[in-house]
Amino acid sequence: MLIAFKLKLALACIAGLAGPLAVAPLVMERDAAEPDLRDPQAVVELHSGSVAYRVNGDFTHARKQAAAPLVQISLPRSLAVMKHQVSSSDYQRCVDDGACRALDRGVVVAGDRPAVQVSWHDANGYAQWLSRKTGETWRLPTDEEWAIAAGSKFKDDGIAIDDNDPSKRWIARYEREADRAPSDPGTRSFGTFGSNENGLQDIGGNVWEWTASCFVRRVLNDGGKVISESPNCGVRVVEGQHRAYVTDFIRDAKAGGCAVGVPPDNLGFRLVVERDRWPSVQRLVSRVKALL
Amino acid sequence: MMNRRNLLLSAALLTLTMAAPALAADEPKLPRQHVDLVAPPFVHPHEQATKAGPKIIEFTLNIEEKKVVIDAEGTTFQAMTFNGSMPGPLMVVHEGDYVEVKLVNPATNSMPHNIDFHSATGALGGAELTLVNPGEEVTIRWKATRTGTFVYHCAPGGPMIPWHVVSGMNGAVMVLPREGLTDGKGKALHYEKAVYIGEQDIYIPKDEKGNYKSYDSPGEAYTDTVEVMRKLTPTHVVFNGKVGALTGKNALTSKVGETVLIVHSQANRDSRPHLIGGHGDYVWETGKFGNAPQTGLETWFIRGGSAGAALYTFLEPGIYAYVTHNLIEAVELGATAHFKVEGKWNDDLMTQVKAPSEIPAAKTN
Repeated sequence: MLIAFKLKLALACIAGLAGPLAVAPLVMERDAAEPDLRDPQAVVELHSGSVAYRVNGDFTHARKQAAAPLVQISLPRSLAVMKHQVSSSDYQRCVDDGACRALDRGVVVAGDRPAVQVSWHDANGYAQWLSRKTGETWRLPTDEEWAIAAGSKFKDDGIAIDDNDPSKRWIARYEREADRAPSDPGTRSFGTFGSNENGLQDIGGNVWEWTASCFVRRVLNDGGKVISESPNCGVRVVEGQHRAYVTDFIRDAKAGGCAVGVPPDNLGFRLVVERDRWPSVQRLVSRVKALL
Repeated sequence: MMNRRNLLLSAALLTLTMAAPALAADEPKLPRQHVDLVAPPFVHPHEQATKAGPKIIEFTLNIEEKKVVIDAEGTTFQAMTFNGSMPGPLMVVHEGDYVEVKLVNPATNSMPHNIDFHSATGALGGAELTLVNPGEEVTIRWKATRTGTFVYHCAPGGPMIPWHVVSGMNGAVMVLPREGLTDGKGKALHYEKAVYIGEQDIYIPKDEKGNYKSYDSPGEAYTDTVEVMRKLTPTHVVFNGKVGALTGKNALTSKVGETVLIVHSQANRDSRPHLIGGHGDYVWETGKFGNAPQTGLETWFIRGGSAGAALYTFLEPGIYAYVTHNLIEAVELGATAHFKVEGKWNDDLMTQVKAPSEIPAAKTN
């Protein structure tokens, strides 16, 4: 996992454009009553991006806790990320279709509010439903993809480890989490928490976002190289004002978790969509398949 | 109950004592000391073992009815408080002192209030002599004849009593022995820091959709609230007035080697405090210093309607959670405080021999 990604230039129909770009929808026959789920403003395409990335998960060396390495990572190819988190009204459409679990009672359902109180399974289920509906491949971003998309809003959760004194790690983490801005967990309309330099809204707001990445324990050798790793995919990496690891079926991180530490205010998500060099053909093929 | 004669009489006595303290007939001839109270979880400065003789200690309690927010979701609550905090402040005196409390009920409040000191003797703890309407104040003096930690609370009569108590109108008093705390076997016990944790059970009504209701005044909340109270199941159990009040930036602090006295009151409902990662070195579970403390406790019991005290010297640095060990109440209802303790880790007491790693494959030979 300590691999440095190599930067590659974007190709195909978006050649020549250097910055984030809203992707135009493909005109397709569809049910006239169903609004287009692929809103032209809703996706941001990143062609380049690099961030100092604190590798997620737990590290040990010589049977003791070790510090997680900090590596520079970059996009290997272009990445199309939702501009804002999946809205509660979009998620509700999946629920109405019978493909997603109903939202919790208190969640505000609106086109400009995030779907919250959703588990990793809920987020994944929505991604699969959306993929079926649009003929495109939507999925959760990996932790690395999220970090690059978050750019300057990505928080380093590294703590200097004194392996003779575990308490310093606990206290440092506690103080950093306690340092967060006072939180009002009520959902706000998209854009309330601003945009980052990539045009993505509400990164580090009061919604923490699920990633596809599992919680992994890695063992380092003396040279700092990973010699073994064991993932626990029942726990996933969640990103927001700070990084958290949350059990995949949890919808409300506030009441759950450890005796100590400050949990996420809300759990929500945004998706990435797989775009390749021949998107029009790809989508046409998928759409035809979906119609059959 | 209150009547004009009592009110006029106490007003007259008050005027006399204020005008010429030396001439008041029934006042003990003792030095006076005024003490400014401090908001919980902190405690006003005080001596433990003291060479001073008994005094008349003066405190003022201002009653404040106020709308407060009690959790991160913004749930509001019509609280009734002594000095604006839930719980009211801890008052510390010594055995033999006289405690003179001026109770003020400003005109901005909507209801009569009074005070019952569990540490006092007679007149329903003082409740009979302290009922004040909005716009009135009263002064009462009681003799601290018994050592220990004791609850005080408002008790205006009938159904008002439980309602005022679970609206936040309670606090505690600590009456120390003049020789300070001892282990009951001749060993003197001293604390570097005292903290006061007041636990409050709260009963908030919900609407048809299951959301907590908000009210503009205590009076409007009353009927719905009593309905929830009668089910005896709180919607929130909090330390220091709101969920998370003693966590994060407001976590309690200490250091390895420091001895802390934790006074815990619950004016209405049983609680079972536990310091996760620590113990109660010396615990006066019932809160009464005339009894030798129990030693080395895991979890102790604060019976509803009382205050207890636990003494602990921190041995390991790190984060501790202080909870009521009904963990549903601790985590789901809010009854958790944190201690952030600095110092040097002691590997002898605990060490991670081998960090978590994959279970090795079974050997076949």
